[in-house]
Amino acid sequence: MLTMAEIMETIKMVQEENLDIRTITMGISLRDCADPDAGAARRKIYDKITARAGRLVAVGEQISREYGIPIVHKRISVTPVSLIAECSHAEDYVAYARTLDEAAAAAGVNFIGGFSALVHKGFTAGDRTLISSIPAALAGTERVCASVNVATTRAGINMDAVRLMGRVIKETAARTAGQGGLGCAKLVVFSNVPEDNPFMAGAFHGVGEPECTINVGVSGPGVVKNAVVRAGNVDLGTLAETVKKTAFKITRMGELVGRLAAERLGISFGIVDLSLAPTPAVGDSVAEILEAMGLERCGTHGTTAALALLNDAVKKGGAMASSYVGGLSGAFIPVSEDAGMIRAVDHGALCLDKLEAMTCVCSVGLDMIAVPGETSAETIAAIIADEVAIGVINKKTTAVRIIPAPGKRVGDHVTFGGLLGEAPVMAVHPFSSDNFVCRGGRIPAPIQSLTN
Amino acid sequence: MPSTELKKNRIIVTVLGPDRVGIIAGVARVLADNNINILDISQTILQEFLVMIMIADMEKSRVDLSTLKAHLAEKGAALGVRIDAQHEDAFQFMHRI
Repeated sequence: MLTMAEIMETIKMVQEENLDIRTITMGISLRDCADPDAGAARRKIYDKITARAGRLVAVGEQISREYGIPIVHKRISVTPVSLIAECSHAEDYVAYARTLDEAAAAAGVNFIGGFSALVHKGFTAGDRTLISSIPAALAGTERVCASVNVATTRAGINMDAVRLMGRVIKETAARTAGQGGLGCAKLVVFSNVPEDNPFMAGAFHGVGEPECTINVGVSGPGVVKNAVVRAGNVDLGTLAETVKKTAFKITRMGELVGRLAAERLGISFGIVDLSLAPTPAVGDSVAEILEAMGLERCGTHGTTAALALLNDAVKKGGAMASSYVGGLSGAFIPVSEDAGMIRAVDHGALCLDKLEAMTCVCSVGLDMIAVPGETSAETIAAIIADEVAIGVINKKTTAVRIIPAPGKRVGDHVTFGGLLGEAPVMAVHPFSSDNFVCRGGRIPAPIQSLTN
Repeated sequence: MPSTELKKNRIIVTVLGPDRVGIIAGVARVLADNNINILDISQTILQEFLVMIMIADMEKSRVDLSTLKAHLAEKGAALGVRIDAQHEDAFQFMHRI
């Protein structure tokens, strides 16, 4: 029989510590929707998404009510559109993005991911069309998220794609200048991208995935922070143990919700993504966990070590709690979506270079970073190149979601609203990387031995 | 994969709020009216606040959990306390392997 203390612990986590299931994301294969006639392909895409995801929101809300655990988002990921649209030889794929947007609206979800291309070793004609369509697609839709994988550990880094993405990000910011460059918040550049990630903006339904599946993203930085505070002045081994146990409990809720949702929707259960995903809400911050461990401000010396401890303990506890783990699985450190990270930047404790170091030991990368609007496409490409190099060499996923906020300077803030939060504009190095980036070509795949 | 289908259709009802006469009676009435059997009750007073937990069996319930939650919330408003009901699995899954 459950004890009163256990029941109260669960209730406290939900009511006071912001425990929630961040997202249940339905992955839908669109591989049977390709058609030489673009109009026909788009009709098939719309029909398939709305048929498969028609009950997603209702089932999510029902589970949320019955089990008393908030499920914040219900979302959809689809097969990378470059693979489906390519067959139609359309001049651009913006109409496909509109179709995704309409299907997402009909299904009642707030984001749909999969306006994506995988170009880590090179481009097909469809990949090029998709990437050149990204700025107009993101400016002309509300719910569509785009992602491009430019590097893998096995293929190396496609520097032509990295350079191209620098320009695409600049153009996307320009086209959504009225909203602070909001389009860039829906565009992720990846290395080693996972095929089953439930989190936006980088979610898509990989080619090795089944017809339709449910992936779950858990959350709970607030719960972990309170556990760290309650643990008091203990040594770091004991602290890691505390985080591990807490991560176990959080992940169990994700496992339960994922299994229930898959069962009720009659589809397979994919994975639980063991990520600590912050929100701008007070007390739901990864930076505050690090500060609770004993750092005056996130970003100071010791931050990388504290984050490494946290990230590893979350994985250890979470892996035990779930039968299938996947996606990004690590602590997220998006600047604009984490009140503690924003404060750290505002106080001068956290800079882009330190963030880059932090991404070596956690998921996902330079996430939701605003930089001055005048930052050049080449500098953005160089920032991407640095970040994907970390992923490629360390055999992990890294990503860049960067917003060159139009008209903004260092110290300004740019507000996106809602879960995307508010980003302080961070300084980039003033020295040029142009001649390096403009060389183009591919950086070869790294050697897999001699690992120092 | 093990099924999450419940062997038992049990819920946990929690009541939090200032203590007063008639809280248990009120909650029990709602459950009885819907043919829901109470299996266990425990309660404690924390700084003048009542914390009560009931485990109940919905096997023969006349209403589904969403409807029951609405009835309980209404009763809670009348009594000045917060009443919630959740599937027992939400707790079992977190605290038991």
